[in-house]
Amino acid sequence: MIFTDEQGQFDAIIEAEEKIEPRDWMPEKYRLNLVRQMSQHAHSEVVGQLPEGNWIGRAPTLRRKAILLSKVQDEAGHGLYLYSAAETLGVSREEMMNDLLIGKAKYASIFNYPTLTWADVGAIGWLVDGAAIVNQISLCRTSYGPYARAMVKICKEESFHMRQGYEIMQVLACGSAAQKAMAQDALNRWWWPTLMMFGPHDSESANSQQSMKWKIKRQSNDELRQKFVDQTVKQADHLGLAIPDQDLKWNEERGHYDFGPIDWEEFARVVKGGGLCNDARLEARRTANDEGQWVKDALMSYAEKHSKSDVDQVA
Amino acid sequence: MLKGHLPLWEVFVRGRRGLDHKHIGSLHASDAGQAMKSARDTYTRRQEGVSIWVVRAEDIHASQFENDASFFDPAEDKVYRHPTFYEVPEELKL
Repeated sequence: MIFTDEQGQFDAIIEAEEKIEPRDWMPEKYRLNLVRQMSQHAHSEVVGQLPEGNWIGRAPTLRRKAILLSKVQDEAGHGLYLYSAAETLGVSREEMMNDLLIGKAKYASIFNYPTLTWADVGAIGWLVDGAAIVNQISLCRTSYGPYARAMVKICKEESFHMRQGYEIMQVLACGSAAQKAMAQDALNRWWWPTLMMFGPHDSESANSQQSMKWKIKRQSNDELRQKFVDQTVKQADHLGLAIPDQDLKWNEERGHYDFGPIDWEEFARVVKGGGLCNDARLEARRTANDEGQWVKDALMSYAEKHSKSDVDQVA
Repeated sequence: MLKGHLPLWEVFVRGRRGLDHKHIGSLHASDAGQAMKSARDTYTRRQEGVSIWVVRAEDIHASQFENDASFFDPAEDKVYRHPTFYEVPEELKL
């Protein structure tokens, strides 16, 4: 079908469940919405390295250390896939990075919580990566081609993250009373912040409606959160650990688990910078950026010198 | 470059929206515009694509076959990067 107007063609592509690709015409708000979501997603992968990176040097065995190192390396890689996909929208890496460093861009608020014990590394893999997978599987069907393709690749790699986390929890849950208590404590602290990862309720979510219309988002925050709760309850049961929610119970009529109210004040406070680790996370990123600058400079300087001497040789 | 020889271009075609561009072959052409038209006529005569990339072959840097073994070595002993490495109950769908 040939459309004389760009908007008509764009709408028809979205309607037909096809993908928008980088050089297609797109409404400016669609582009900006994607830049915001994809750069936030990328920042989350990058900042997400910090809580777990904190435990690489203290992992209990060489096996766990190698696994954790690999996982954190994957998170860096996922950040890179997403930044490069976002760059196809005409925004530069430097702009995105700068927005993070000056505190303008957001990242997943969950990473502002501290990792106090080794069980937290297990809980993050199991719960936080588990929640991320639920969200990302849905995003494999997003309407922007480069984003969808990045999601497919990331989902494939994420699976080991969740499984290694659950394995850590299994070992602790079957261990001594103190180890089991440590696992339970981690579940207690990570459960509610994980549910907050899906964002505000649908009725409260400012960006959601337009994103759903444009098929950037394919399922609502509440739908995804419900899916996560439903799949996680039996995983907790198998560990013999209790999810810290007295209202959690199976609802035969809905065919889903009911769960208690989320503390949205806490969510808002942490998003606004009031979490335990907000300052430390941004400080770590700024330090990495500042202290890494000389490496970039040296590399560029070497490359420049090298290309000049190549020219000299030819001459 | 010898006079009269047209430079080599590599051609990448996106089969339909949502898919990556995939290398499909190469051709000789004088410039990007000619390469694009030739690519269309050579590789998409039966609507095989909705988008074409052409890249000067000399601008592509490739890994060298003789170095491949050591180049890709680092991934060889890291089976723990695969989900199947972990023993968790399958019925939990982790």
